[in-house]
Amino acid sequence: MKSIHLLGVMASLALLTGGCAGQAQRAPVAADPYEGFNRAMFSVHRKVDSAVIKPLAKGYDRAVPLPAKVGAGNFFDNLRDLGRSGNAFLQGKGEAGATGMARLVVNSTLGIFGLFDVASEMGLEAGNENFAQTLAHWGAPPGPYLFVPLMGPNTPRDLVGWSVDQGLYPLWHHVEDQPALRNSLAATNLLQRRALLLPLDRLLDEASLDPYAYLRDAYLQSRVAATDDDDPASDETSPDTDTH
Amino acid sequence: MFIFRFVTIAISGLLASAVLAAGEGAAQLSPDALVQSVTEDVLVLLKQNKGSDNTQKIIDMVEAKVLPHFNFNHMTALAVGREWNKASATQKETLARQFHDLLVRTYANAVNSYSDQKVRYKPFKMKPEDTDVLVRTEILQPGGRPIQLDYRLEKMDVGWKVYDVAVAGVSLVTNYRASFNEEVRKGGIDGLIKALRDKNVSLEKNPENKR
Repeated sequence: MKSIHLLGVMASLALLTGGCAGQAQRAPVAADPYEGFNRAMFSVHRKVDSAVIKPLAKGYDRAVPLPAKVGAGNFFDNLRDLGRSGNAFLQGKGEAGATGMARLVVNSTLGIFGLFDVASEMGLEAGNENFAQTLAHWGAPPGPYLFVPLMGPNTPRDLVGWSVDQGLYPLWHHVEDQPALRNSLAATNLLQRRALLLPLDRLLDEASLDPYAYLRDAYLQSRVAATDDDDPASDETSPDTDTH
Repeated sequence: MFIFRFVTIAISGLLASAVLAAGEGAAQLSPDALVQSVTEDVLVLLKQNKGSDNTQKIIDMVEAKVLPHFNFNHMTALAVGREWNKASATQKETLARQFHDLLVRTYANAVNSYSDQKVRYKPFKMKPEDTDVLVRTEILQPGGRPIQLDYRLEKMDVGWKVYDVAVAGVSLVTNYRASFNEEVRKGGIDGLIKALRDKNVSLEKNPENKR
């Protein structure tokens, strides 16, 4: 009796995670032990995206004139310099940390609350550090690949890093008691970032034999590149470490 | 301002293609100059064809201007990984051809869906004896973060050839390795050839699925 029950659970799990018949025989990928589950989440994500988020992002992209889009992008990005700068300091990159603080000051003042990226024009280049990379810097392993619906490709290290970075994002503290404003800011932020990815949508389907694997490997490669940024020579070996 | 930039790009593109046309042996460009001239060529072509939905036209231009500077055998070998050595000479040739067609089409479609971008060339240093170099560029897009676009080139008898392109640290070549390996595992080298051929045929049938 018990074994039949177990069989039933396993069968429904297999159905849930399978998606299509051939996948049971797929060769395992070391970085992606939960591939079946991730593939199911990936297909959920794509359905939600193509039904809701992508149409909205397209509407945003068409309706909002370029200068306004640039302003919105700069505004949200300006506030991220605080976290980038802090994380650069945490990784012992003093110069990048100082540049980030200078960017924040310059863009918040001369750049009118961050609407204009004056700092880049002045040669103060934006950093790319986040807390997940700080964790990596101090030796935390990425953990297994996870595809999270609505968020996209992830690892446990990136999820922890992301939530810490969200806590440090200054905008959310200012609008904590104004849910309507907070929600519309969050929605604009989401659509603005999604709209930037629109040109890549076709690429994923056209370029790849298997969009899931293509996105996963691109994500894992980009994480390796982002955490190896002190050592450009490692570019050559990094692609090989992703598979098998 | 914009017009000025456009004219500069157009002129440098024309100059660059004149230099390239002047003879491959005579004018062996340094790797960074090669990347720059090809990039500027592409930007000019895109500006000229802005708004046109003619993917085939862009594919033809990419074939003529960009691809002569790529080493597709090496690229395909990198994408396939260790299985490459198990392929016969004919299989290798077919694989490289199919991979070439896939990359050309996706590249043409990808660049065609972008507009308003500018390219910045990062400082480049190499020793005279170097035969394998990395040329770094950056695509600046309004309202978004700059995207790193790096080219890896090798020195060959006919000049420098690109054998790997990485976007934001992601190699467009080795990113295929997992799915290529999966196809080889399922159906051997011929299975991979078939998968690529099917993919190309389906893309060809459906070229104008514009955004």
